[in-house]
Amino acid sequence: MERIPILKLGDLLLVTIQVDMHDRLALTLQDDLTTAIVAHGARGVLIDISALDVVDSFIGRVLGNIASMSRLLSAETMIVGMQPAVAITLVELGVTWRHVRTALNVEQGMRRLRASLDGPRA
Amino acid sequence: MTATPDTLPIHSEDDVVRVRHAVRRAAVELGFSLVDQTKLVTAASELARNTLIHGGGGEARVERLDTPRRGLRLVFEDRGPGIPDVERAFQDGFTTGGGLGLGLGGSRRLVNDFSVESTPGVLTRVTATKWK
Repeated sequence: MERIPILKLGDLLLVTIQVDMHDRLALTLQDDLTTAIVAHGARGVLIDISALDVVDSFIGRVLGNIASMSRLLSAETMIVGMQPAVAITLVELGVTWRHVRTALNVEQGMRRLRASLDGPRA
Repeated sequence: MTATPDTLPIHSEDDVVRVRHAVRRAAVELGFSLVDQTKLVTAASELARNTLIHGGGGEARVERLDTPRRGLRLVFEDRGPGIPDVERAFQDGFTTGGGLGLGLGGSRRLVNDFSVESTPGVLTRVTATKWK
């Protein structure tokens, strides 16, 4: 079965989506990621969507769900690299994300994720 | 004058991806801006999924238009159960499929002209057009 690879980088998981996902593939990623968070005790998830030229309501919902599920499993999700045309289209489509943090690219996303994980704790 | 449309079957999730690619190709050929290409492809994806999930499969036609202006028309047809209450189906959040309920209303916002004709049990046709 086709799958999107999940890389482990310390306590972070890194996913780069490079294919035009059909719906089942997106749901497989959701399952694989939640399983991987628990298996590796990951505290952060970074998803690079810079290669996606379309995010429709289904893919948008799956990405939003991944962020919400990660949060329940005590991991922070950062979605990076959204193309401007995709951002415009998602808003007009009516997709709104809660619990989703975004950054412009992997480097910035990694830095922010790191900072919030290593930041001052109460 | 209108060129012969591409007709694509929609019977699987892979077909939905193929529809996205065909619409992207046509939108690029017609010289749509990147944002408009993205809106067209996204609308096509929503509508193709509706055809698959609610219509039980069907087909998509991708028509390049020359008159009155250049544009791209997407026609989705299925012979599934149909949409008994079209106005309600347009409302954001209304869903019978377990999704976000943004498919129909959302795709209407992404194009210029949008129409739904549905005779339940006979034919459902959704037409979306974006002008250049």
